[in-house]
Amino acid sequence: MADTPSITRDDVAHLARLARIDLPPDSLDHYAEQLDVILGAVAQVSEVAADDVPAMSHPLPLVNVFRADVVRPSLSNAEALSGAPSVESERFRVPRILDEE
Amino acid sequence: MGTSTDLTRLTAAETAAAVAGGEVSAVEVAQAHLDRITAVDGRVHAFLHVDTEGALAAATAVDSARASGAALSPLAGVPLALKDVLTQRGIPTTCGSRILEGWRPPYDATVTARLKAAGVVILGKTNMDEFAMGSSTEHSAYGATHNPWDLERIPGGSGGGSAAAVASYEAPLAIGTDTGGSIRQPAAVTGTVGVKPTYGAVSRYGLVALASSLDQAGPCARTVLDAALLHATIAGHDPLDSTSADVPVPDVVAAALRADVRGLRIGVVKELGGEGYQAGVRQRFDETVELLTGLGAEVVEVSCPNFPYALAAYYLILPSEASSNIAKFDGMRFGIRVGEDDGSPSVEQVMGRTRAAGFGPEVIRRIMLGTYALSAGYYDAYYGQAQKVRTLIARDFAAAFDTCDVLVSPTAPTTAFKLGEKLDDPLAMYLHDIATIPANLAGTPGMSLPIGLAPEDGLPVGMQIMAPAMADDRLYNVGAAVEAALLERWGRPILEEAPSL
Repeated sequence: MADTPSITRDDVAHLARLARIDLPPDSLDHYAEQLDVILGAVAQVSEVAADDVPAMSHPLPLVNVFRADVVRPSLSNAEALSGAPSVESERFRVPRILDEE
Repeated sequence: MGTSTDLTRLTAAETAAAVAGGEVSAVEVAQAHLDRITAVDGRVHAFLHVDTEGALAAATAVDSARASGAALSPLAGVPLALKDVLTQRGIPTTCGSRILEGWRPPYDATVTARLKAAGVVILGKTNMDEFAMGSSTEHSAYGATHNPWDLERIPGGSGGGSAAAVASYEAPLAIGTDTGGSIRQPAAVTGTVGVKPTYGAVSRYGLVALASSLDQAGPCARTVLDAALLHATIAGHDPLDSTSADVPVPDVVAAALRADVRGLRIGVVKELGGEGYQAGVRQRFDETVELLTGLGAEVVEVSCPNFPYALAAYYLILPSEASSNIAKFDGMRFGIRVGEDDGSPSVEQVMGRTRAAGFGPEVIRRIMLGTYALSAGYYDAYYGQAQKVRTLIARDFAAAFDTCDVLVSPTAPTTAFKLGEKLDDPLAMYLHDIATIPANLAGTPGMSLPIGLAPEDGLPVGMQIMAPAMADDRLYNVGAAVEAALLERWGRPILEEAPSL
């Protein structure tokens, strides 16, 4: 059973980094408080004795879905790029992908 | 139609009949609703975008089809408000988020395509909590929607815009989506009808995902029959959604017309009521249960012992799925991009800046919660355990449906609360979905319909009806029976009690 660890300011900063959200430092304490309350409540799931119960990931029994391998209409290049913040040479233009160091 | 008829007061069924019979044109109907939106939406704020030109063009096409003698679909010429979480080609789709501001999708959701094919006139896109995370629409980046019953109160959420549009006669129909109650809870607090169909009944293609194993689009309306007509229009198998159920859609329209509960066994769920539920909610619910007995149903109490854990399981499963789904909003392929010109930032830095600027606090909370629940060391205790609880909740439903045809409960524990009241107390906000969440976890269908006003505040109360998977028709049969009996008792529809705007 899970203990309910308390969430610290550093934990929030770490989670924000993992989630790629550049949070302002002055917001970390407030998020820590709120996440702590929420996690305390959701930790209730550990009260249920369910060791022999199968996990349910989905309401329907999922099977892979195939379709015939034939060409069908799809978005044009221009349509696919139409919502992009930046485009160059008919491609998505993105900032540099390598770090400087 | 006489000139004195207010076209915005008609039901969808009446509107479709009037258009088909040539008593009124679809353009006149659309214009009446666009005028109504102009007159009242400044105060209600149900819409994020009104597509005047597109609506009038769609209505003109219906009128031309009729003039040429073509057969019209059962909802041809009926106006509808579309929740802003479904794509419509060329029309802004924001999901209530700053991060998608200005995005015009290059394709239609399957729901949108089916509405267009049926001659439904889409008026515009409705307000919602950002990415459907919330129970009040206050988490919309574009400002809250106001409840037409009391503009100081919440219209429910996340689909508060769709429910408020229907309740304020801006549209007879709307599309909502329901991940934990976002169709049913807004219906309850606005005195309207809302249905979450069985998971897989309505295609999710073009529905911007919140939690893929829970999301389901469905109808919002002022009457049970109107909801059934819309349900029948949007439901059905779709090869573009790999989770779409390839089974026949139950005849929900026939069920709404049947409206007969004689001989049915109806279970009152012991765990969804009592403590924590407002006195006036309990009173109207108990009266309606008595009414069902009077109509010839056999009412029994049933226990679903794991339902008290549904909220906890949901707030692990939903954030886990959401944190993954929302990773795609990174400022690279669509939506806004922030902080590119500040030095020579890396793609990761731009993503971080874009997401911090683009997401509101509730989205950030849930992303972090999901990231936490899925992280090594906590996965089994949180996400894994929540999935087991989900199994137990589905088993509770299965056991209850062994002895009952449908289950009932109040839809929400209270009537509409004040705007701002729970905005910075996430857990208090989450508790408003306590009765609706179990059906999402199990994938079973549910309806909310109005059953009166709470005596203490004069605000609408909703009853939830729940049925087994793919037995959505039972919701409409029972709902229509309750609706007819209450209409006879009240003498007029409940929305006529609402103050005029």
